[in-house]
Amino acid sequence: MAETMTLEIHRGDTAGGELVSYTVPSTPGMVVLDAVHFVQAHHAPDLAVRWNCKAGRCGSCGAEVNGKPRLMCMDRVDKYPAGEPITIRPMKTFPVIKDLVSDVSWNFEVNKKIPAFKPRNDRPPRFSQEEADRVQEFRKCIECFLCQNVCHVLRDHQRKEEFGGPRFFVRVAALEMHPLDDGNRTGLLKQDLGIGFCNITKCCTEVCPESIHITDNAIIPLKERVVDEFYDPIKKLFRILMPQSRPEAGD
Amino acid sequence: MPSYETHEYDVVVVGAGGAGLRAAIEASARGARTALICKSLLGKAHTVMAEGGIAAALANVDTRDQWQVHFRDTIKGGKFLNQWRMAQLHAQEAAERVLELEQWGAVFDRTKDGRILQRNFGGHTYPRLAHVGDRTGLEMIRTLQDRGVHQGIDVHMECTIRRILKDGDRVGGCFGYHRETGRFVVFRAKAVVLATGGIGRCWAISSNSWEYTGDGHAMALWAGAELIDMEFVQFHPTGMVWPLSVQGTLITEGVRGEGGVLVNREGRRFMFERIPELYRGEFAETEEEATRWVQAVIAGRRPDARRPPELLTRDVVARAIRREVREGRGSPHGGVLLDIASRRTPEEIKRKLPSMYQQFKELADVDITREPMEVGPTCHYMMGGVRVDPDTQESTVRGLFAAGEVAGGLHGANRLGGNSLSDLLVFGRRAGQFAAESAQRNASVAQVDPDQIDQVVRESLAPFERTDGENPYALHEELRSTMHNLVGIVRTEEELHAALGKLQQFRQRSARIKVGGNIQYNPGWHLALDLKNMLDVSEAVTRAALQRKESRGAHTRDDFADSDARWAKLNLIVRQGTDGIEVSPRPLPEMPPELKKLLEEGEHG
Repeated sequence: MAETMTLEIHRGDTAGGELVSYTVPSTPGMVVLDAVHFVQAHHAPDLAVRWNCKAGRCGSCGAEVNGKPRLMCMDRVDKYPAGEPITIRPMKTFPVIKDLVSDVSWNFEVNKKIPAFKPRNDRPPRFSQEEADRVQEFRKCIECFLCQNVCHVLRDHQRKEEFGGPRFFVRVAALEMHPLDDGNRTGLLKQDLGIGFCNITKCCTEVCPESIHITDNAIIPLKERVVDEFYDPIKKLFRILMPQSRPEAGD
Repeated sequence: MPSYETHEYDVVVVGAGGAGLRAAIEASARGARTALICKSLLGKAHTVMAEGGIAAALANVDTRDQWQVHFRDTIKGGKFLNQWRMAQLHAQEAAERVLELEQWGAVFDRTKDGRILQRNFGGHTYPRLAHVGDRTGLEMIRTLQDRGVHQGIDVHMECTIRRILKDGDRVGGCFGYHRETGRFVVFRAKAVVLATGGIGRCWAISSNSWEYTGDGHAMALWAGAELIDMEFVQFHPTGMVWPLSVQGTLITEGVRGEGGVLVNREGRRFMFERIPELYRGEFAETEEEATRWVQAVIAGRRPDARRPPELLTRDVVARAIRREVREGRGSPHGGVLLDIASRRTPEEIKRKLPSMYQQFKELADVDITREPMEVGPTCHYMMGGVRVDPDTQESTVRGLFAAGEVAGGLHGANRLGGNSLSDLLVFGRRAGQFAAESAQRNASVAQVDPDQIDQVVRESLAPFERTDGENPYALHEELRSTMHNLVGIVRTEEELHAALGKLQQFRQRSARIKVGGNIQYNPGWHLALDLKNMLDVSEAVTRAALQRKESRGAHTRDDFADSDARWAKLNLIVRQGTDGIEVSPRPLPEMPPELKKLLEEGEHG
């Protein structure tokens, strides 16, 4: 007889939910998403779950497995203790829609606040691989929103109105450090995205499935830019004297 | 009858991968009120999984490259069945589209002098693929997504379109449902662009996600449009084979482009024995010559040797791998070995193929910088699709356009790697442009007979009304294994007939599918509805495959093993007739003499 395991999966919707147990046969190399698919096919056809690529590239299947944020398609079941149930819940920071699916639409709204790439016209689009490397790290982001899910400012303090979250600092960093971009988004970072709320606990960096150094390479350099722009005493004086030179906000 | 919400637009784009996004950007930029409909969340469409690169004759790495060579490679790779005008436009416009992407913020890997780097790929004469490591599709979809965000396009996420609505012979919009709520929605529109991608979920081993259920192919068929080249389904030579959990997951052709070699269980590089007549003289004939080519490419020199046979076209490589496995020379889990570890340093592998490294390490416990990968063919891409006007991408139904994988004609009998992403950009843009122009010619949105809507609503809700019946997941699994076993890489008349019999049974059983739960975010229900598309598309493929009594490109018949010159001049057209799906041959459009000459020059040069 094949070995089996027990999954405890969140079932429910906006009205409430509970963990429901399912027994699933384990197969070599199995990932959590395979187990969820088995439950769908054999026990609960209406079990809601998001997934697409099943190879860690699209960032659709984020959930909390035994309390830890994971991409279910990259999470091997054989790393969990045998004989103990594996619990799967939707990402906590976002409102649940049904079962393992949560409403991540807020993220798409934040994205709209970020002004588009603004190419400089004063140089041909030539730049070195070293210059590319710096932003290519940020452009690896697959928008799984696991970093948003673990960020204290969002998860514990629910500051969704005032704060953009690590995903969008990564996105702004990709624009600000782009060798061809001519925009200035420090005003946006300070005001609309509230970068000051981040107190650099690095939780986002720890969960990033793409291993982006979110805190060190994106957030800290952006915080420094904001400080330089807004709190440098000489620049501050300059701004008081010449108010039209304020950095542009996210229009 | 349940209520439904209604929206009105000039142009509705169904599908939000590369082609859909590019079409929506273009239509919107031309002043059309535009909606973009995503089956998943925005940015998760299949384009995000594309790895190797975008083919375009930028000539940044080899100055001899030009659109004419790209055109010739594409036609030759398609075994001469391509629509010549599409292949011409594609080759001519791809470079411009890639440069435009860079102007929109895409960051491609760079050459030493700071331009877009290009890599080698199967069937391309020169290094031609603009790329970002092995995640080019992500770069492309994110660039388009960020461009589209500021353009006033209305994005409807997690919305599945079920039917094209018509007013007489003209398009009046489309009908679908929101996954989240299960609520029905009607988009009234002057023009509809299908950009729904492919059909890979009909096969058991596939690199495709749940979305790839042939929605656009089936809806076009039902709307009265013609499909073309439906017998040509591409099996990518290198999918993962072990563990079972990841069977079919794609391994980029970029591994071979970066020097990776294919060996069988005996350690032999079998591709040297499998160079077809068409490519005779163009590929290295000894390991020493192939190694010299790789070393020159790594060093950035123009090679003085011919390229390794691992870089033959996908149809050829997939068949060769299948043969090694069938004849008992396969790897332990029924594939062959793909080795990059002995060719490149660990640092180079991690830099150029980071996702492959991660994928194997985490999912298969294989370190590809030290060990070979086990690989085998996986259903990957549909060459066939909606027959469109090459310039405008309009189908044979007025106001209905198609772009990207759902459209047929560009790739003929076999697509070259890298020609898909360029296809999305070139023809996505064209579809958006001409859909907007078509919409501008019509003052008002067409009226849609409410009976059409009532009918699809009733049909959609039927699975909830049955108290006892089939499980949609079980039926889907049976369909997938049937298509895999009977309509796979190599086909016979007997097996194709058997497949048709099975499909007939599945059709009857699908009318008895029952789903539990309610209409909110119910994947069992969604699958039950998608099965209707998959059954019709599977039948279209099978019937076309029966008719083409020869082997060409991705279509191999064991009972007609050779190519036949008469078939080289014929496409198969699929239509919805009164008694079901009909297939008929149609002569290829005559290629103008100057393009013919280009092909002949290739033969001698």
